[in-house]
Amino acid sequence: MIDKLPIPRWARRAIIPIIIVPLVVLYPEYYTSLGTSQLIPTLSTAVTMTVFVCMAVGLNMVVGYAGLLDLGYVAFYAIGSYVAGWFASTQFASHSIVFGAVGVQSHAIGIHISIWLLLPVAAAMAAAAGVVIGLPTLRLRGDYLALVTLGFGEIIPQVVRNGDNMFGTGFNLTNGVAGITPIDPMGFRYLHGILPFLPDNFLLTPNLDVWFYRVGLLLVAITVFCSIRLRDSRLGRAWVALREDEIAAAAMGVPLMQVKTWAYASGAFFGGAAGCFYGVYQGGAIPDNFKLYISTLLLAMVILGGMGNVWGVCLGAAVLSYLNQQGLGAIGNTINSNFGTNIEITKYEAGLFGLLIVLMMLFRPQGLIPSSRRKAEFDVVKEEHEAAGVVVG
Amino acid sequence: MSTEAAEAPHPGVGPKGAAILETRAARKEFGGLVACSDIDFVVPERSIVSLIGPNGAGKTTFFNMLTGAYKPTAGEILFAGRDVGGLPPHRITKLGVGRTFQNIRLFQTMTSVENVLVGMHCRLKGGLIRSILRTPGVRREERDALARARELLRYCGLSERVDDEYSMNLSYGDQRRLEVARALGSEPTLLLLDEPTAGMNPQESADFTRFVSQLRDERGLTILLIEHDMKVVMGVSERITVLDHGEKIAEGSPAEIQANDRVIEAYLGSGAAGSAGAGSGATA
Repeated sequence: MIDKLPIPRWARRAIIPIIIVPLVVLYPEYYTSLGTSQLIPTLSTAVTMTVFVCMAVGLNMVVGYAGLLDLGYVAFYAIGSYVAGWFASTQFASHSIVFGAVGVQSHAIGIHISIWLLLPVAAAMAAAAGVVIGLPTLRLRGDYLALVTLGFGEIIPQVVRNGDNMFGTGFNLTNGVAGITPIDPMGFRYLHGILPFLPDNFLLTPNLDVWFYRVGLLLVAITVFCSIRLRDSRLGRAWVALREDEIAAAAMGVPLMQVKTWAYASGAFFGGAAGCFYGVYQGGAIPDNFKLYISTLLLAMVILGGMGNVWGVCLGAAVLSYLNQQGLGAIGNTINSNFGTNIEITKYEAGLFGLLIVLMMLFRPQGLIPSSRRKAEFDVVKEEHEAAGVVVG
Repeated sequence: MSTEAAEAPHPGVGPKGAAILETRAARKEFGGLVACSDIDFVVPERSIVSLIGPNGAGKTTFFNMLTGAYKPTAGEILFAGRDVGGLPPHRITKLGVGRTFQNIRLFQTMTSVENVLVGMHCRLKGGLIRSILRTPGVRREERDALARARELLRYCGLSERVDDEYSMNLSYGDQRRLEVARALGSEPTLLLLDEPTAGMNPQESADFTRFVSQLRDERGLTILLIEHDMKVVMGVSERITVLDHGEKIAEGSPAEIQANDRVIEAYLGSGAAGSAGAGSGATA
């Protein structure tokens, strides 16, 4: 695996900035020359990958850093998407507010706020929801916390599904199962005048995915940056400490509730931003997108990549979201056309991901690129097992 | 350090200072079990006080009440004149109570330096936003904290080699020292040590005994320790309190405790009183 290859330390440090970053950033420029195989990620898949990387890195703050098992992260994704839905569509038709929006008339009905403003607003609202959900639940530990978050992860999609007649008042908050659609497009409405190469409306560009991909990468960069800064801060240390030993952390002066709530809110923040962006990209906030499956998929990304390690989580999220979005179907089609079989591999998706996680747990439980802390932990467990005569893979 | 058992080693700082910690009828019940029964207890400022008693006497429960891990069922716990009974642990730590644990509870996959930095948590300010922006203030604070953490590690006798070593990889003695360093990170005025020399060899125990006196003399700390090693207890303490079955059965100077019949009985069983000293091994 990666950490066993004989690559010198400086070269390893240089891999991400010098090789991977340009490869990723320039992907729209060269991906067409990679051939026509359906295994090559399309730009649309690439946009989805950026969204999932953001969410997985956000979830990693909660699960990987602070050790709080959160099975309801999809709730924050939903909140982010609905913020885009509320404030950048015709949902609230009795109002007519237009502020910086792209592609709408100045007297259009509904609320139309610039997506650039909505991204931080959605993030902040998701973080606030994180605090509201966190305050009563974060007193619980381990499995109990996981169960309650699982509950909230189910409650919020149910609320949005049934939110077209809030409390029987007839107030339509979420437009029920149909969801809120369309959501206004993105674009550089003002910057376009100064820098003409920035399009004023992504929908009107020859390939709208290119610009969504670039914005997605920008979100990833911000998320990763914040995540690393927090990891190396006073708060980040407190997260690791409480993951290790709550009682000792409290005795050393770490206010548990406060620090856990911050972890939850920070994670939610990036989930909300990614949700808002994805809602805009898909052009709608649809309840069916916010299933428990997304929460487990995100958790699988964190575990597969290497809990606690930002780069590992990025890799895990990129791999799984690629497989989920395009890869599995493409692999299935390739197999079918080459061997004359007729397997609909996407039907086995959940089972295959489950199998992948089981295999990971057996052969590389610390993840693809583990954090050094996790690695140390697992090494000790392995030594203990070996000492006890148990064979570990 | 040999056992100069009879005299308190620091006659200059007598037990006459103002009480920094005082419990009044502190009581802890678990269901029907009374773990600590109405304990009155005083720790004078800048003194070294030991809490001893047979296993299951309620010593650690008493510690846990003092540090906020348990809420007392009844009674008062006054620290620096303020009732801290039932406050959450981090608040009590911030008021100036540091502690170590009986079975070492370091943050295993954090380095020695990081462990001490967590200990400093309540003395540092860096918040979420400012940490992300890494403002000059946060930068300076982190730099100073790091320097101070290293200083504390040196003070506690840990070599520079272990600074960036995960605490789980440290030797047992070093882990004990690191626990003290981490506790000192919170700048306590009262330090609670729960069986600090458990598992140490006689040489290490003697070194540790000296270190405890040094902490008081150089840093002006008040120290309360739970200890089973009578050599350590008699060598370092000015006052000793003895618990048995959740009750305080004796209190006094080391010499008084050694001569106390109830203490000897608690340790060696009835009938042993008068025939054996508290420190010697019993062959019943």
